[in-house]
Amino acid sequence: MPILASLLTEPIGVAHYMVVGAVLFVCGVVCMATKRNALGILMGIELVLNGANVNLVALGSPYLRGESATLMLDGQLMAMFVIVLAAAEAAVALAIALNFYNNFGSIDVDRANQLKG
Amino acid sequence: MNWSSLLFLLCSGFAGVFAIAVVLSNNIVRMAFYLVLSLAATAGLFFLAGADFVGAMQLMIYVGGTLVLLVFGVMLTAQSQFVSMRTSSGELLTALMLGGALLFVLVFTAMNVPMWQPTNQPSVSEDTPVLTATPIGMALEGYRVDQLEQPNPSLRRGMSGYLFPFVIVSVHLLVVLVGAAYLARARRHHTESA
Repeated sequence: MPILASLLTEPIGVAHYMVVGAVLFVCGVVCMATKRNALGILMGIELVLNGANVNLVALGSPYLRGESATLMLDGQLMAMFVIVLAAAEAAVALAIALNFYNNFGSIDVDRANQLKG
Repeated sequence: MNWSSLLFLLCSGFAGVFAIAVVLSNNIVRMAFYLVLSLAATAGLFFLAGADFVGAMQLMIYVGGTLVLLVFGVMLTAQSQFVSMRTSSGELLTALMLGGALLFVLVFTAMNVPMWQPTNQPSVSEDTPVLTATPIGMALEGYRVDQLEQPNPSLRRGMSGYLFPFVIVSVHLLVVLVGAAYLARARRHHTESA
């Protein structure tokens, strides 16, 4: 396992964080595309936003970047805004999902095919 | 042996594996649990990148707030036929293939940007703590104390802080919470007729 050994001895860079962010992002996208439960789709959205947050924090981190680190706190502030907006989005989406469940007696998004129930 | 690399591998492994478990699991209750673990591991990644305040906020708002909200939603709708809803394997296969292609493109791009490669001379050495809570609070009030010695004068104009986005986000949160309470209120006549 030479790759794993070099991961353990070499310093971690932004690219490593980007790979983790990409994995979270792709998991979120696949989750949004395949889940039939509305709450499962919500979880996919959370994963996507989280992958974006990993990238933002990594790009602003002074530990991971050399002389090119001029962002300082911008990445972290953007990540804070994303976290807060994700909380707001989850509240509204959950309210809509519960409303849908109350009206139709189902949480399957494939059955949500009319605007006015 | 590099301890920060080891901790990074541990946290990123947990985050990635539990994110994949969220995708592959069919049970909505287990998905919520895996999501909690994945987000908590991501908070560990934030701590490792020197973002202590954002990591704490991730734990408090995401894991402590948003996920509790999601778990409440799961509990309110967890009738037996909705706990485990299967996707047809053809659709799952297509999504996994497309997701694999997207992952390949993203990883290939991330690995080939020279600015993002690991550096042996980080701008702050590993054993120097970076305290971010006070500068973040100052930046939200409009003062970028971390950018005082920005060498590029054309960049310095944009360093006026984040007061305006902060105000917009706070108003947005208020509107969203009022709207969510309005949407989710109990409507008696609908539930009786159903």
